[in-house]
Amino acid sequence: MLDILDSIVPTVLFFSAPLILTALGGVFSERSGVINIGLEGLMVIGAFVGIVFNLTFADTFGDMTPWISLIVATLAGALFSVIHAVASVSFFADQTVSGVAINMLALGVGVYLTKVWYGKGQTDMVAEPFNSQTIPILSDIPIIGPIFFEGIYVTSYVAIIIAFIAWYVLYKTAFGLRLRAVGEHPMAADTNGINVTRMRYIAVILSGALGGLGGSVFALTIVSNFSHATIVGQGFMALAAVIFGKWHPLGAMGAALFFGFAQSLSIVSSGIPVLEDIPQVYLLIAPYVLTILALAGFIGRAEAPKANGVPYIKGSR
Amino acid sequence: MRQVIQVTSNNRLFGILVPIISVLLGLIAGAIIMMISGHNPIEGYVALWNGAFYDAFTIGETVRRITPLILTGLAIAFAFRTGLFNIGAEGQVIVGWLAAVWVGIAIDAPMIIHLPLAILAGALAGGLWGFIPGLLKAKIGVHEVIVTIMMNYIAMYVSNQIVRSVLTDHSTSTEHIASTASLGSEWLQALTFYSRMHYGILIALFVAVLMWFIIDRTTIGYELKSVGFNKHASKYAGMNVSKNIILSMVISGAFAGLAGAMEGLGTYGNVSVISGFTNLGFDGIAVALLGANNPLGVILAAILFGVLKEGAGEMPSAGVPTELVDIIIALIIFFVASSYIIRWALLRFKKEGK
Repeated sequence: MLDILDSIVPTVLFFSAPLILTALGGVFSERSGVINIGLEGLMVIGAFVGIVFNLTFADTFGDMTPWISLIVATLAGALFSVIHAVASVSFFADQTVSGVAINMLALGVGVYLTKVWYGKGQTDMVAEPFNSQTIPILSDIPIIGPIFFEGIYVTSYVAIIIAFIAWYVLYKTAFGLRLRAVGEHPMAADTNGINVTRMRYIAVILSGALGGLGGSVFALTIVSNFSHATIVGQGFMALAAVIFGKWHPLGAMGAALFFGFAQSLSIVSSGIPVLEDIPQVYLLIAPYVLTILALAGFIGRAEAPKANGVPYIKGSR
Repeated sequence: MRQVIQVTSNNRLFGILVPIISVLLGLIAGAIIMMISGHNPIEGYVALWNGAFYDAFTIGETVRRITPLILTGLAIAFAFRTGLFNIGAEGQVIVGWLAAVWVGIAIDAPMIIHLPLAILAGALAGGLWGFIPGLLKAKIGVHEVIVTIMMNYIAMYVSNQIVRSVLTDHSTSTEHIASTASLGSEWLQALTFYSRMHYGILIALFVAVLMWFIIDRTTIGYELKSVGFNKHASKYAGMNVSKNIILSMVISGAFAGLAGAMEGLGTYGNVSVISGFTNLGFDGIAVALLGANNPLGVILAAILFGVLKEGAGEMPSAGVPTELVDIIIALIIFFVASSYIIRWALLRFKKEGK
């Protein structure tokens, strides 16, 4: 049993980290009332920038390269999401449509530039990816040590810490209260002197930053290069985690961990007696089926923020 | 956007100007991108033109590219008319493709029965894939966007599993469909130097007429539109809102399923394990949006995007990566979706002109 946990927990954390980060981005955006179908595209941009920066500056920054790559990718994601904010907040574009366009644009730009800069459809493998490591001292704790602190990616813990920070920001600060107010009843928030447009811009840009971070973590831990097939559906799975987690940062984290668990089961199940016989397809579709069931109210009702998806036009009712 | 679209459609001129301006802006942006990345935009666009219209073969291929785009565009436009956003056309295409090929392989019958049966199977599978989100929307009020996205992935993984373990013995693609279920036409092929053009284009055009007929000429269509405009008023007027929502999603799904059937029975003749989406469903969103959810508009928009997508294949000959077209299409979507600002600019321009 311990052996199984030993092999499964690090894999779960490994697969979940990008999902957690991106889902947190989704929580910020949707809590402010802006639907973000574009999470997938934001991850693509993050993955692309993270990989390209890493390839270009590996010699300059040495060991620090992956961390700096993450920061740069986060900024790139934030910058890219401004397009979504402008279209859906200022120009009252349909948020779903704008999100779909973000996804197409991100993949187009990423692959286009890859071909222009590298002359082929995919980049080389990065020289400085994140490697799994064993955390000293903590890994010596009996039982828990080997499960949680051996062969682990530090980025997984970064993701979990950010989830708690996000929870604190959304639920324990005035800023968080305002952000949620804007997503529930923008007119009331406006009447109370909250700048709805500004809050929504901030929320969408935060989602871009976290989506970019999630994408670069995915690229720098799991695949190590960029091509059109680097991010295929992780953004949508993060979106599922947002909903399955009921638009709550810790809920989204839990959902992302669970989806990461389902993904890793589909990979390691062949080694586990009970799971061997379950066809892989059930594990692959589990996150999506569960999300639909959650929405339908079979697993606790998931209620979206009231004003989610509705552009706020001052003076209209 | 719905509000903005309604305002624009009140004014015929804007309704036509906004898409045209968006396309032009998209193409200009594409030219600028080519210039920045060190390519000659004129050479790039000439290559694109040649890629779509160079000879009978490329024209044939362009037509086969347009065929499913018309159908997914109609699917999304149809749902839009009832106020529903069917982002699940992608999944409906996949199940339609699978079902049509399945019937194409498994059944032995003369063409007059086999072909319609295979096409119908595609439409039914797509319709079923639209029925589930429709039912959840109508009965429990679950937002259809999220459910259809999830259904896309379920479709992909389930279809892959069926190809691998039911239709074949762990192979990545099925055998070819029986010739009695094929939409392929020797006549069209001979006409176009053996391109993969097939009779599907006729079906796509027929469905466009069908959609026009349902929406504009029947009580069903009137009710569907009415529910799209105002659910509560429709209910007060005695319409069955739930029934209309479900019906709209089923018809929309069936259209998208047909797009899959066209690919399965016409272009490819089999179904394969896929690692990512076909993108037909997502491109359909662009088509519906640019076509203003109107059957004729959808046909024109599908032709434009089909030409861009097919022509893109030739762009590398001018050194330009094919992805430029994806960027252009994404930008066109942004411009149409942000039509509010184009309208505002046009009005401003008009006022200053006076």
